[in-house]
Amino acid sequence: MTKKTSHILLWVYAVGFIVYLLAPLAVMAGAAFNNDKFPSVMPWKGFTWRWFDELYHDVYIWQYSQNTLWVALTVVALAVPIGTAGAILVNSLKGRSRSLLYAAMISPILTPGAVIGISTLIFWSKFSVPAGLHLSILGQTSFIAAYVMLMVLARLQSFDAGLEEAALDLGASHWQTLRRVLLPHLYPAIGAGALLAFFQSVENFNITKFTRGASNTLTVYIGSKARSGASPSINALATILIGVTIVGAIGYEVWRRRKAARLALLD
Amino acid sequence: MTASVELRGVSMDFDKYRAVDNVSVKIEPGEFFSFLGPSGCGKTTILRMVSGFIEPTQGQVLIGGQDMRGIGPNKRPTAMIFQNLALFPLMTVWENIAFGLEVRGADKAARRAKAEQLLDLVELQGVAERLPAQLSGGQRQRVAIARALAVEPKLMLLDEPLSALDLKLRQHMRAELRAIQKRTNVTFIYITHDQGEALAMSDRVAVMSRGQIQQVDVPQKIYNTPTNGFVASFVGENNKFSGTLTSVSKAEGKFKTDVGSFSVTLGEGVSRESKCRLYVRPEHVEFTLKPKTGFNSVPITVEDVSFEGNFAVVHMRDKAARRLLAEVRNDPARPPPAVGSATNIVFAPDKALVLLDSEATAYAEKE
Amino acid sequence: MNELLRRYGKPLTGLAVFLTAFWLLFLVILPYFDMFASSFRPYLPAVDVGGPKDVYSLNNYLTIFENADWHFFGFTFPMTIHLWVFILTILFSCLTTIVSLLMCYPLAYFMAKVISPKGLATFLLLLVVPLWVSELLRAFAWFIVLAFKGPLSLTLQNLGVIAEPIRWTWGLWGYSGVLIGLTYAYILFMLFPLYNAMTSLDTNQIEAAEDLGAKWWQTHWRVIIPHSKPGIASGSVTVFMLAVGSILVPTLLNSPSSSWFTEVIYNRMFDQNDWNGGAAYAFLLLLVCIFFVTGMMRYFRVGLADIAK
Ligand SMILES: Nc1ncnc2c1ncn2[C@@H]1O[C@H](COP(=O)(O)OP(=O)(O)O)[C@@H](O)[C@H]1O
Ligand SMILES: [Mg+2]
Repeated sequence: MTKKTSHILLWVYAVGFIVYLLAPLAVMAGAAFNNDKFPSVMPWKGFTWRWFDELYHDVYIWQYSQNTLWVALTVVALAVPIGTAGAILVNSLKGRSRSLLYAAMISPILTPGAVIGISTLIFWSKFSVPAGLHLSILGQTSFIAAYVMLMVLARLQSFDAGLEEAALDLGASHWQTLRRVLLPHLYPAIGAGALLAFFQSVENFNITKFTRGASNTLTVYIGSKARSGASPSINALATILIGVTIVGAIGYEVWRRRKAARLALLD
Repeated sequence: MTASVELRGVSMDFDKYRAVDNVSVKIEPGEFFSFLGPSGCGKTTILRMVSGFIEPTQGQVLIGGQDMRGIGPNKRPTAMIFQNLALFPLMTVWENIAFGLEVRGADKAARRAKAEQLLDLVELQGVAERLPAQLSGGQRQRVAIARALAVEPKLMLLDEPLSALDLKLRQHMRAELRAIQKRTNVTFIYITHDQGEALAMSDRVAVMSRGQIQQVDVPQKIYNTPTNGFVASFVGENNKFSGTLTSVSKAEGKFKTDVGSFSVTLGEGVSRESKCRLYVRPEHVEFTLKPKTGFNSVPITVEDVSFEGNFAVVHMRDKAARRLLAEVRNDPARPPPAVGSATNIVFAPDKALVLLDSEATAYAEKE
Repeated sequence: MNELLRRYGKPLTGLAVFLTAFWLLFLVILPYFDMFASSFRPYLPAVDVGGPKDVYSLNNYLTIFENADWHFFGFTFPMTIHLWVFILTILFSCLTTIVSLLMCYPLAYFMAKVISPKGLATFLLLLVVPLWVSELLRAFAWFIVLAFKGPLSLTLQNLGVIAEPIRWTWGLWGYSGVLIGLTYAYILFMLFPLYNAMTSLDTNQIEAAEDLGAKWWQTHWRVIIPHSKPGIASGSVTVFMLAVGSILVPTLLNSPSSSWFTEVIYNRMFDQNDWNGGAAYAFLLLLVCIFFVTGMMRYFRVGLADIAK
């Protein structure tokens, strides 16, 4: 096989892969406009906007969206400080104690959500804490903090600890050193971590399903009823989310290219 | 605003490794004091103990007569210039310089004014709004100096601050640092492994090896009367002869080597029994065809001559195949001997120093 | 630790230690231990807890060998259904991992070594939507695609691959639906670690191998794959773990006769109201993951930090 044919084959494969990734999403979006009471594209019964209208008037969707938002914001508020503190702590250790602490910290990422959910539920029931979204928050935080920790730790690796010494030497207090020198260096990672934490929380199904009690988040609500009583208004919601993602991605790309162009001008 | 510094029997152990070993020295207010020694000899460690980043395992650090144990780096009247400068990359030049004032709660106008004033002092204009990454090496150097001066320290600690600069700039900054020190009268503790720097800038120099101070003195004394073999070989060039002392009277004696017996001057603490060696500086060597009375003489063969402009270095070997060096001042009337020629070198007894062979000497030779 | 004290002082160090300790103790370690301990005890009403019936035993685990009714096309068979589901869950999770790896390898190579940087930027942009869409929507998309007489069946029929429409989410076909859904849902977790590992390979090494006369498969086998090991390990661990622990995808895409072990756990917890029994099965699931992770680390000789990337 020559290099050229292999490259052509790879190109064909790559295009096919993109189609494989995008086609099901397109089908799902298409079902949002099919005038059929089941979410489907076949048979096609004509174009309609009615599922968007139905989505807008669905009280559950609005209510559970609110729940989801609250849970996600609380998880961000907990996981970001915890993950950042954990990263700073583990980064200051060496040798065995470091590997041990690191292993404990990332173990929640390597644990199935069901296990985290069940252990959280059983543990807090010992203290007579009933199931509910507050337990979902704790369960989600346990693994999302680990993601934040990993992102902050990666960023810490490129930090020159001499800068902290310089700040202390110039008379800064410990708190000033943290706020003016270390945290500004970490902000990109902390911001990315917060974003990841938010979306991980929003889309979390497994932990929430075990710990939610009688409450619901959007993901659990839709996931639980999608098969039996799904209405195409779910597709309408999905279509909106995909649209937002596309707009966001294009916006980011434009911003990135502009910035790259500006940097190129500076040099 | 200036302060004395005193180290009293200071040692620092990292696990089992002793990086600084029982160092005692007193530095006067307003003095430009250097620690000179090879890389890894513990210079930075001493500086970090003075600035408070580490506490000595033994001994005391006193600044202005006050014991500093338990006082954190942000509470000491010191300002450090780091080996890599450690400028804050996300702050502009003036924010860097004014950082020490910012954390003391000065308002913005006062900070800005002080930053401008210091930028003038270090002769750096028009870069206040730039980021450190947008400056050249020499400019960054000046920003670091200005930043340290901004907090009006009683004591400046400089850790090889010029090592990242190219030769020309380094020469220039030497003079400038010295001038700033004289103008501000702040006590400077300067660290370097470059003997030229230490000798040119300092009021006094401490030569270090393996965590210990070998000699503390003014630059001329360090160079002309080193106290042991390590200092003699580390500071400047020296021709070395092994041998034994055969007779000793007061500060003079006879030293027997494999190329003859020489009249010598004895260094500090040298006695008949001590392990010692003979040191002769290249610039104290002269060439003659006939022996000169009152001088020591060694027959040699010239191997190479490298002309350096105001002087020439002559590489040669004696009968025991020992490599020797001579430095001759440029004089068209008296050119250095030709390559391949056999002749004699002579040197005066008061320029032939017999010095103690300290542990450090052996270590320095291995390097 | 001393280092930390010197840098941040007592209050801030204390805060960092407190936050980390709260996280690791109350959200990770103690709940795991408690679940482990509970899994050996019967699940009793509050009055009986600590009473004579509250004894440690392996009973919660042994139910996995119990016979239960298995419904299959209207017939009912007694069989050790939990054990079967457990084994099939592991098998299909492994299969998902292998399929993802095989599908991603050429693409990762393409992204790392074939496409130009500019083309790659566009390519990555096309991946943004699939990457950001949640697991729920990915599974739901296939719920529609795999519908009886739905798009996939029709496409395959038109291509002449199959004669009759397939009920993908019915009977034992359900496992194929799950396999398709799991692969689709988690494939990007394989692609990116693999791609990252391959970009760090110096292209000169590939050229050197070719220059020395290696055939293309020899270059891959001897140079590229060994270099990609951390990526393979990381991707495989992530995909396997997500697959074996998935609830959404099986819930949407399987059939009653092709259930997933997580569903068994959920039913035991909430339908049979036996939390400690659920804990025992959850612990079995955790054991599988631990075996898989340590196995991968051993086999590929990589550390935990490589896997967590
Ligand atoms: N934090 C530390 N932990 C262990 N060893 C150290 C530490 N800091 C310095 N050392 C060791 O102490 C010795 C002296 O180091 P240093 O003071 O940096 O030397 P210099 O500045 O003279 O080059 C070196 O051998 C170095 O390896
Ligand atoms: Mg140093």
